[in-house]
Amino acid sequence: MNGPRVAAIAVSDLRKSYGPLEAVKGVSFEIAPGEVFALLGPNGAGKTTTVEILEGYRPRDGGSVSVLGMDPERGGVRLRERVGIVLQECGIEELLTPREVLERQAGYYPSPRPVDEMIALVDLADKATARIRTLSGGQRRRLDLALALVGDPELLFLDEPTTGFDPQARRHAWDLVKRLCKLGKTIFLTTHYMEEAQYLADRVAVISGGRLVALGTPDSIGGRDTDVAQIRFTLPDGVSMSELPLAARVDDGHVLIETADVTRALHALTAWALGRDIALGQLTVARRSLEDVYLELVGR
Amino acid sequence: MRSLALVMLQIRYEQKLYWRSPSSAMFTFLFPILLLVIFASLNYGATLRALGGISYNQYYIPGIVAFGVISACYSNLAIGLCFRRDSGVLKRIRGTPLPPWIFMAGNIGSSLVVSAILTVLTTAVGVAFYGVSFPGRYGAFVLTLIVGAFCFCSLGLAITALIPVATASPAIVNGLLFPILFISGTFFPVDSGSWLARIASVFPIRHFEEAVFTVFDPRVQGSGVRVGALLVMLVWGMAAVVIAVRGFRWEPLRK
Repeated sequence: MNGPRVAAIAVSDLRKSYGPLEAVKGVSFEIAPGEVFALLGPNGAGKTTTVEILEGYRPRDGGSVSVLGMDPERGGVRLRERVGIVLQECGIEELLTPREVLERQAGYYPSPRPVDEMIALVDLADKATARIRTLSGGQRRRLDLALALVGDPELLFLDEPTTGFDPQARRHAWDLVKRLCKLGKTIFLTTHYMEEAQYLADRVAVISGGRLVALGTPDSIGGRDTDVAQIRFTLPDGVSMSELPLAARVDDGHVLIETADVTRALHALTAWALGRDIALGQLTVARRSLEDVYLELVGR
Repeated sequence: MRSLALVMLQIRYEQKLYWRSPSSAMFTFLFPILLLVIFASLNYGATLRALGGISYNQYYIPGIVAFGVISACYSNLAIGLCFRRDSGVLKRIRGTPLPPWIFMAGNIGSSLVVSAILTVLTTAVGVAFYGVSFPGRYGAFVLTLIVGAFCFCSLGLAITALIPVATASPAIVNGLLFPILFISGTFFPVDSGSWLARIASVFPIRHFEEAVFTVFDPRVQGSGVRVGALLVMLVWGMAAVVIAVRGFRWEPLRK
């Protein structure tokens, strides 16, 4: 197993049209083994088309695609044995129980994980023998994840895995995905939640109008690491904006200072405040959020 | 060996699903039994002069045996697969390593199990309560049922290609089935010289009904195999396989 590591997924100039509609217009990226890669984009941007080509559901019109070294159009059983898929909201046999569908699915793989382990992993022990139709939306989504994991895949596709989760369930799912990447699994994620991409992904790609418009780490994409930071605070009554040592403006009830040099700006500001024995209320320093960058990239 | 184990696994879960589903158990299993009891009781003791004076039930019960197979294979497969296609269950299965043919084999195998149970049940009820005599042509009986199951399973798979959405499937499946069942002589004999019978002869149901009745017909000498009828069913079945292979969809139509 020496030599250069082969990409888990390699996509080059991928193209796909539905009739006259060009859904994907030349997309390229590579995903390393063990990487968590998030594809972001508005509905209709080509996100699901791209994922479904990688999953082997759709033929492509042009470009090359390699998933675990195989062409997903021809990989068949051998490829699917190594891949787990969580589709966007997808039906399941509601008259079976979670344990039954997991046991059946485990039978499809050469070396599955124990079903009990999967049930415990997604925290469904108390619903394991209930009909699936009695499960809540979040419980079904966790079952989807367990089904994708029971074959012990190397590569996991998660298409909007936490849509409809409450915040607690979402955090629980994120912890689960974090644990999966510690096991060395490669994860391809699509999501509408920027916090999700920020928290989970090693790299983020933004697709818009069928093209990749940005690709980078969540902290650097779209120039997040280099552009100005925002310092926000409130001033006590009686202190006027004109007394501040730096140029500032009022934004949403706070004083806002934008600066490329946070260290110096903070020093000047806090020295000024201490000298006058003033407290800067609700002081925060923030960079543009991933969501701000995303909205800019996809043209709001 | 592994393929066979997978087919058995699929059949096991298809069976669980079948018996837990009130709609399939109700319509495809209880319906043939209900029709048997109603018509066989209404016409108890009646005879059919056109068929040499044999009892109505000696004619009718074999028809219900055939109807049971049609119900368990054609109706059950077609409607069940359409609903699972629209809900995304079929798409989910395509994302697993389960080969598509094994999924189909599991569905067909499960239909065969239901067919076998229905056949034994309807025949036994006919013999025990309605004075039907079975002439012991087991070979001809099994052969006819196997050809029938092949024909109507294939038709059940093929017709899913013509059904746009699952909610339309009961109407399309039964709307095609019941008129043909009636003109094919399932519930009362249709004179083979009549124009209704000539229309019915184009379709496989009349041939299946005749083939099963021949197995039960006390006037028939010899093996009881209706070769001509079985050939018509085989041709229909193979044409349906071609349509199913080319037109089967694993996903709902795009909106």
